[in-house]
Amino acid sequence: MPESLLEVRDLIVEYPSKGFRAQPFRALHGVSINVKAGETVGLVGESGSGKTTLGRAILGLAPVTGGSIRFEDREIGHASRRERRGLARELQVVFQDPYTSLNPSMTVGDILTEPLWITGVKRQAAKAQVRELLDKVQLPKDAVDRYAREFSGGQRQRVAIARALALRPKLVVCDEPVSALDLSTQATVLDLLIELQESLGVAYLFVSHDLGVVRYISHRVAVMYRGELVEDGDGDVVTSRPEHPYTQRLLLAAPIPDPIRQEANRANRHRLLAQQAEQDEQAGL
Amino acid sequence: MSQLVPIPAPTAVPARRGVISKVVHDPLGVISLVALLLIVLATVLAAVLAPQDPARSSLDDIFAPISAAHPLGGDSAGRDLLSRLLYGAQVSLLGATIALLASLVIGLPAGLIAGYYGRTFDSVSSWASNLLQALPAIIVLLALRTVFGPSIWTSMVIFGVILAPGAYRLVRATVSGVRNELYIDAALVSGLSDTRIIARHMLRVVRGPLIMHSAMVLAICINIQAGLEFLGFGDPQTASWGSMLNEGFLNIFQAPQMLFWPGLALFLTSAALALVASSLRDALQAGAAKPVRRRSVKAPPAGNGAVPSDALLSVRDLRVAYSGGSVEVVHGVSLDVAHGEVVGLVGESGSGKTQVALSVLDLLPTGGQVTSGAIALAGEPLLGRSASFLRTVRGHRIGYIPQEPLSNLDPSFRIGNQLSEVVRVHLGLSRAAARDRVLDLLARVGIPDPARTYRAFPHEISGGMAQRVLIAGAVSCDPELLIADEPTTALDVTVQADILDLLRDLQQEKGLGVLFVTHDFGVVADICDRVLVMRQGEIVEDGPAEAIFDTPQHDYTRSLLGSMLDGRPARLARVKATGDGRA
Repeated sequence: MPESLLEVRDLIVEYPSKGFRAQPFRALHGVSINVKAGETVGLVGESGSGKTTLGRAILGLAPVTGGSIRFEDREIGHASRRERRGLARELQVVFQDPYTSLNPSMTVGDILTEPLWITGVKRQAAKAQVRELLDKVQLPKDAVDRYAREFSGGQRQRVAIARALALRPKLVVCDEPVSALDLSTQATVLDLLIELQESLGVAYLFVSHDLGVVRYISHRVAVMYRGELVEDGDGDVVTSRPEHPYTQRLLLAAPIPDPIRQEANRANRHRLLAQQAEQDEQAGL
Repeated sequence: MSQLVPIPAPTAVPARRGVISKVVHDPLGVISLVALLLIVLATVLAAVLAPQDPARSSLDDIFAPISAAHPLGGDSAGRDLLSRLLYGAQVSLLGATIALLASLVIGLPAGLIAGYYGRTFDSVSSWASNLLQALPAIIVLLALRTVFGPSIWTSMVIFGVILAPGAYRLVRATVSGVRNELYIDAALVSGLSDTRIIARHMLRVVRGPLIMHSAMVLAICINIQAGLEFLGFGDPQTASWGSMLNEGFLNIFQAPQMLFWPGLALFLTSAALALVASSLRDALQAGAAKPVRRRSVKAPPAGNGAVPSDALLSVRDLRVAYSGGSVEVVHGVSLDVAHGEVVGLVGESGSGKTQVALSVLDLLPTGGQVTSGAIALAGEPLLGRSASFLRTVRGHRIGYIPQEPLSNLDPSFRIGNQLSEVVRVHLGLSRAAARDRVLDLLARVGIPDPARTYRAFPHEISGGMAQRVLIAGAVSCDPELLIADEPTTALDVTVQADILDLLRDLQQEKGLGVLFVTHDFGVVADICDRVLVMRQGEIVEDGPAEAIFDTPQHDYTRSLLGSMLDGRPARLARVKATGDGRA
């Protein structure tokens, strides 16, 4: 079994609360997860479950209160800005909203050269690399001189993916990268991510609320609920025969695009909810 | 006299591509810009343009009339007014530029640091800025003059410091506004240093507003400086607009032109600067729409298009256009919703599905209008009817459930008040009866503690609860038709399933007709009897839900269904199937 690329142990994230001596808000209650090189780990959960916070903590954008984050056997939970700068080559991000994650007043060329600068790539070489990147994410060459705001959501997300891959990272945190996109665009962007993973060997931590999307792209799937990781395992199994009650509810809540099967699905969901309510009641007695 | 510092002309740095061209296309912008350039040019070329040395006085020229030698006449000491005016402009513009630079040197970096890092520096600098703003500028200037001596340049530097809070506040507010944008996070993850982020991303954002601000500050500085010199705090040896005003004031009855010319120069310069600033502001904010009254264009008269009366809702050949009819987004849509039928209107973003729904409610956004077609509720035409008639239809006969539950509740009113007001207006119930009805409704939509929710403010409840509240509101007056615009898109999947269950129950209980706008085929399969597929403003397919899913006729429907992920094997299953680790 290959070594873990990323290993998160008992991670606790707390945000300070407003007000004098107020208890801080604990977004993550000791979460452990690992990602191996070249694999996709899907992270599912509802809003407020802490899935996005976990991704942001790994990227150094959320305060780590306890636990450890190890990347290639280096502790990065409390990395300084200088160390973070070094990590930029290996750890990257694609955000959910392609409309706010690209500076509207910069051209696509500017956006893509930005990360290359840091590594001291020369102007000419950077230009060539940007062309190569655009080609990789299947955008036209003339995109270089155009502004991000001139592109559609799916195209913008391709620019964001190109920016993340510019430095050939080993791990990309994808924070709901397809949630803001139309159905048909969603599938093509997911296929692009899979294709890039196969050719570049990059690993993804893929955060999403959509079980269907996670199932499509992930080798392994972890489920988060109220700041804790409740289930973790083989992607196919977790998304079809889940063990945790929350995942079971989540699976049956997702509507199936077929009226007849959805009717059966709905009946199953009502049965499950009744059953779980009964169990809760018994546990409570 | 020192070399003239070039004024940072407002157009020197384009804040965005197109700002210059926008200013140039604004007649007021062009005129004021040209005036400003002429003033600057005349100032720089004072030595060439001036007929004589501004200090040369001649007894013959005392109060000289306008002549070829003295185009503006002479003053009380026999000096040439035009020469003094031109050289005086150098003092005025240079002084103003010094003050501006002083305010920017302090305000810009402080604002960038305070806005970007926040914390202690922010608190301390904001405190200092507030203190500075509380000081009366003129009194400080006069007091410090006794300390630093009578130099007008020192005074202008001090005045610049006093003005620094203006620049500081502007920069700080702009920077802290974009500090949490995702693209700044992305730059952080890219490993950009703080200096780079500030220089590349923040400065770009600040540039436009700051240039605008600078033009205003220059105008203020020129006037304050003239004021100081008028009071006699300048150097009496050099010509300046302020000292000219002073001399003119002393001779106001003998030679009014001595007051007139410097006054005109001051007026023209400050007016040009202020107008350039306002034209720049318009150009920079061109993205923001100007306030327009909703629906200034009248809807077409009713009755162009036959409307069958058996359907609950019928729409015939509906066309919706924006920008005064030039951009058509819905191209002739016809649909029917029968009593007790749930019709799904499906499409991707930009397909026009929401436009159709909003047309029925007569709630198209500003600039949108129905250009032709017919809409009828139970045989009664809705298009072209009076606003008061439509008010009674909306809410009473047609209920509406929007996409974003929380942004559709007024945050400053209690939930109960918002719901009971609708009931009282439409059904004419008393306060107590309305309250009882709303409490019953809240209980009906599955809210655990109706009385508590009745008293709650919208921010105190979750998104799922808010959507239940809105559903309660939509059905509160027993409508015949419900229009639901992506009612579950903003909700978690588990909450979505609950809300769909609730909608289905209510629909069956009350026999409602529903027009259900969504992009999600799963939701369609769950709740809809009939499906209409929209693409680019047209309905491309129409049929019973089972048929659409089983045997889609149109290529577009097939491609949409084909891009669904639900039916496909999991990644791991695909990997195992190929056996070589590839999916």
